[in-house]
Amino acid sequence: MGSNMAECHPVAFRWPMKAKLNGAKLIHVDPRFTRTSAVSDLHVPIRAGSDIAFLGGLINYVIHSKRWNADPFFKEFVVNYTNAATIINPDFKDTEELEGVFSGLATFAEPAFWPYNGLLGRYDPATWQYKRGPKGPGPVTKDLIARRAGPPFDDLVRSLKPGPAEKDPTLQHPHCVFQILKHHFSRYTPEMVEQICGSPKEKFIKVAEMLLENSGRDRTSAFAYAVAWTQHTYGVQMIGCCALLQLLLGNIGRPGAGVMALRGHAAIQGSTDVPTLYHSIHGYMNAPSALRPHETLRDYMAAETSPTSYYGNLPKFLVSYLKSVYGPAATAENDFGYDWHPKILGDHSHIATFAAMAEGKVKGMVCVGQNPATSLNGSATRLAMRELEWMVVKDNWLTETATHWYLGPEVKDGAVKVGDIKTEIFFFPSTQIAEYDGSFTNTQRMLQWHSKASDAPGDCRTDTWFYHNLAKRLKKAYAGSKLSRDQGWNNVLWAFDPDPGVKPIYPGEPDALKILREINGYQTADPKQHLKGFAELKDDGSTTCASWIYCGCFPAWDQNLTARREPDPPGVPGAHLKWGWAWPANRRVMYNRASADLKGNPWSERKRWVWWDASFVNPPDPKTGKVVPRGKWVGYDVPDCGATKAPDAKPKPDGIGLDALSGAQPFIMRADGKGWLFVPAGLVDGPLPTHYEPHESPVKNLLYKQQSSPVHKLWAPGKPYNQIAAVGDPKFPYVISTYRLTEHYLAGAMSRWLPWLSELQPELFIELGKDLAREKGIRNLDWVIITSPRGHVRAKALVTDRIGVMNVAGKRIHHVGMPWHWGWMGLSTGDVVNDLTSWVGDPNVSIHEGKAFVCNVERA
Amino acid sequence: MQVTRRDFLRLTASAGAGTAIGGLVGLGVSLAPAAARAQELRIKDAKTTPSICPFCSVGCATLIHTVDGKIVNIEGDPRSPHNEGTLCPKGAAIYQLHMNPNRATKVLHRKPGAGDWEVVELEWAMDRVAELIKQTRDETFIEKLPNGKLVNMTPAIFGLGGATLDSEFNHVCQKFWRGLGVVAIENQARI
Amino acid sequence: MPEAMGFFTDTTVCIGCKACEVACKEWNQLPAENGGIRELSGDSYDNTRRLDGIHWRHVRFIEQFSGPYNGRWLMMSDVCKHCVQAGCIEVCPTGAIIRTEFDTVVIQSDVCNGCRACISACPFGVIDINAVAGTAQKCTLCYDRLKVGLEPACAKACPTDSIQFGPITELRARAQKRKDQLRAQGVEAQLYGADPQGPLGGLNSFYLLVDEPEVYGLPRNPKLPSRNLKQSTSFSVASAAVLGVLALVGLRKRRMDEQPPSLS
Repeated sequence: MGSNMAECHPVAFRWPMKAKLNGAKLIHVDPRFTRTSAVSDLHVPIRAGSDIAFLGGLINYVIHSKRWNADPFFKEFVVNYTNAATIINPDFKDTEELEGVFSGLATFAEPAFWPYNGLLGRYDPATWQYKRGPKGPGPVTKDLIARRAGPPFDDLVRSLKPGPAEKDPTLQHPHCVFQILKHHFSRYTPEMVEQICGSPKEKFIKVAEMLLENSGRDRTSAFAYAVAWTQHTYGVQMIGCCALLQLLLGNIGRPGAGVMALRGHAAIQGSTDVPTLYHSIHGYMNAPSALRPHETLRDYMAAETSPTSYYGNLPKFLVSYLKSVYGPAATAENDFGYDWHPKILGDHSHIATFAAMAEGKVKGMVCVGQNPATSLNGSATRLAMRELEWMVVKDNWLTETATHWYLGPEVKDGAVKVGDIKTEIFFFPSTQIAEYDGSFTNTQRMLQWHSKASDAPGDCRTDTWFYHNLAKRLKKAYAGSKLSRDQGWNNVLWAFDPDPGVKPIYPGEPDALKILREINGYQTADPKQHLKGFAELKDDGSTTCASWIYCGCFPAWDQNLTARREPDPPGVPGAHLKWGWAWPANRRVMYNRASADLKGNPWSERKRWVWWDASFVNPPDPKTGKVVPRGKWVGYDVPDCGATKAPDAKPKPDGIGLDALSGAQPFIMRADGKGWLFVPAGLVDGPLPTHYEPHESPVKNLLYKQQSSPVHKLWAPGKPYNQIAAVGDPKFPYVISTYRLTEHYLAGAMSRWLPWLSELQPELFIELGKDLAREKGIRNLDWVIITSPRGHVRAKALVTDRIGVMNVAGKRIHHVGMPWHWGWMGLSTGDVVNDLTSWVGDPNVSIHEGKAFVCNVERA
Repeated sequence: MQVTRRDFLRLTASAGAGTAIGGLVGLGVSLAPAAARAQELRIKDAKTTPSICPFCSVGCATLIHTVDGKIVNIEGDPRSPHNEGTLCPKGAAIYQLHMNPNRATKVLHRKPGAGDWEVVELEWAMDRVAELIKQTRDETFIEKLPNGKLVNMTPAIFGLGGATLDSEFNHVCQKFWRGLGVVAIENQARI
Repeated sequence: MPEAMGFFTDTTVCIGCKACEVACKEWNQLPAENGGIRELSGDSYDNTRRLDGIHWRHVRFIEQFSGPYNGRWLMMSDVCKHCVQAGCIEVCPTGAIIRTEFDTVVIQSDVCNGCRACISACPFGVIDINAVAGTAQKCTLCYDRLKVGLEPACAKACPTDSIQFGPITELRARAQKRKDQLRAQGVEAQLYGADPQGPLGGLNSFYLLVDEPEVYGLPRNPKLPSRNLKQSTSFSVASAAVLGVLALVGLRKRRMDEQPPSLS
């Protein structure tokens, strides 16, 4: 669901196809009958944007099914490995009580200093919390902050430990998570799914039965999704809903199970881990923010540290990160330079920044290897870019972003005069993959090194060269400044030039290995002593490590594990632990403790992955020389728990981090070591997934009075460049989804210039059903005009039965779809489909709603 | 002969020098010449460099064949547990990312209000961009908010891009911007 | 002694990605038509439409629907069949088309004079003039790669192993097994060109189909080009070899007439 895997990840799809030959069943739930549907055992049509209703229907079906209630495996997994038994604050009110919203809904007021958050509302999550017993004795957090306690920061972390959560393992308590979710999803019946999603009831039930049949001790099912689950005003909840279902089915942390994100770019996982994203700093720590209690280092630690999970180590991650930023200048006395580190003012995400740019609040932009001129609400984006004082584009081709000022549609049609655009613009040519060294992190979190094979032509330089050489210029420009605001930059550690004797691959090129060394981390006193893993990190400045999650990828000066290419031999389960390196700790299946039962035995022989070997004789502890009792976690993968921590180990009463968890709590990044069916913290739009309509929809929400998510984001509200259609607006009666083709790549810069790819898909098209074509008098290959409240585009019609009419909420709704790869540059050109999309998005992650909105279609 | 993807005909060459043909034997006639001519193998004497496909996130391993530093062929690395030597059409076209007459190779500059690009020197352009970054940063830097909170940042510069580029790029990029106090750093993961 | 080598294309696992088309172009350095600047064909996802001198692999898309979402979408990667009894070889007046030691059929570009005889002789419409080279061209089954023990580029690239390369006898056994597996699941699977007793002595590139051959653009009963020969412009280049070919054609024509009409 939410992915057209054969189309967009064809080589990854090799493996589902192999599984199919071995008897696995493939199900594709999608608004279109696609290349994936073509080879699936079952295709189920679904209206774009209604996936939570479908998944919620599956949850409701599963927990009332005979199989789920009869096979003890499911209860054993759910009671022990999820928070099903945990009791929630009795003041919590569900969407069932409040007509589609949760307790705690409040208004959101934009702060004057950065009014670009776009939130339509906000929740106070106080009532969503676990019901807890009294907190233990010990120092109080605010006193420790006030007296600048630590390092070490263990007392601060310990002071954060809450009282024990109340539980009912019988799952009968009316406020326990299981009863709440059972009640919450009770109206997601197969009939309701059919009404909301347009999916035939019998096909929906078939999906539910196939999933039930293929889940349990001996079998697992996996979900694969992509941006068709992220680009919504409730995208995070959609994915969470799938995780909830998979936890109920015992399909998390086990081989052949899980919820698999199929990401779009070679390095998109890497660029999230090593975050060129405003909201986080290395390793998924939240960026220090003016909107949160992050005033000082200790405030940040108190606000961000989860004391009873592996995140209890956050002070070690943070201090080691700050050491990597500010080097020797970061000391315990100055809180490791924390005050120099910038704080965000709120939402500085892609859309928020373009919305601010459109109002003249953003003056300069450096765009490297991205093409926003054809991205969401393209015409608004180009309008914003015309307000820039200066812009830099660095790419391999003259992209639409580089040329919008003289070739953009608004310039070509005369609405905008080139001379009126005051932006100073630069274009720098880039290298291609074969022309430099470095690593990509793939969708499996695996780092893989690539090596330079040939020289780049002309002035092409690596993108790393570009920032490295700008940094050197700015270091020089600010050298000697005594201004307080320049001290952070002047103290930034910048040591990426190759060591003496190492020849740069281009003049002035930094050493990619040196950059990876800093990411991996080293002993501060001796950078040649690399860190072997994040267990070595310290919170006193003695370790320097940019990214705790990448720590271990380069465990010794001469061991770049990302460059390994040793596959497993045939005939073994094939974790391929010597191929590349996957974070964390080279683990291939996360939370794999869940692949064994409470006692540490595999759930079944067939689904063996890691297990407890009680007879294993451990060597004495190398540091203390003490005897280590028998027993070790063994298996095919790197176990995701303490290697010698017995399954029956109890939590240490005074423990923080992993010591606060027992040996039977697989979800070690969660504060209670359990998979969360109900999410008490971390989401801004509710603890349980709820079906809402997309911001633009032809129908009313059949489930609740609340039409769309009460807290989602709408940027630039009321602006002429971000107009929105009302619910059921007859001017825009059709549901449209945008998508990708195998033959092209995203915004097209890497495919539309390639003759071999361009000839395979030479022009933009719209896929529309035969019924709609008949109604509108459109024949195959006719030019068609597609209109949304933001603009219109022209495309050729591809009339097909692979997409068509659906019966939704008693109405016949036509569904159309368009690939969005095109723009005006390259060999294969076409209109910018994103000129149709809007600036609305998800409140948790600010991703736009590109997968479900409304339009009109007319013959040109 | 037992043929499997892993052990046959992927990487290592084994001389094929036979002459007889099976298919026509039944007719008692052979139309075949003793040995067919073929063009010389393009990757004969080529250097092989391990690489990764730069398109989607699957991380297919590739092998780049170069002769005298010039790319002559790029194909899948059969050892890879991800792709076992296979590629999709984009991966199969990586060659044309490199060997392509349309590639941009010069630094271009457009003055405010101008109607066209000018080709400029790389070093000059780098100096000018550094100057503009400094100027905008200095003009827009916020040390403290009106409510007194220390923030040490500027929201007026936008650093975009990274999901198509190496982790090493991303580290250097975010360190550069955050070091200067620039927080609007984004890439394709957001969209 | 090398065995007869070829392709088995299992269309039931083809995802229509066209990796084979591009991998073929990459290895054989074939140009895109009109530099890649073309118009949408309107025929499903197929925009190259046919095999010719610069498209040695072609993926066909067949939409079979009886209403919205109700039907199936067939895909098939097509290529030269490397016929055991190859008409193109027999009509070629210059001897440019040869049968290799792998029992594959290869046009030697440096010997071809562009006479087009083979184009009309091919019952599958595989061959055409490559405008860049000015000679007739088609799939070589990557003869240069085979010579050094490398798998053909398309089969190597194919992500789902729809295109399988190997010794023909082994491929036939594998194809039969797959056909039986599908039949057991109730799929109307049939093999096309896998029978050495069938037309053209069997095809060294054969297919597993789930519909009649015509649906995939394949002739039900491909024939050797006996009638076309007289029209061949280069037929005047008579030689003992060509006469020998003619005699052989007559022999084979008789054999084919005795065979059942379908290549199943």
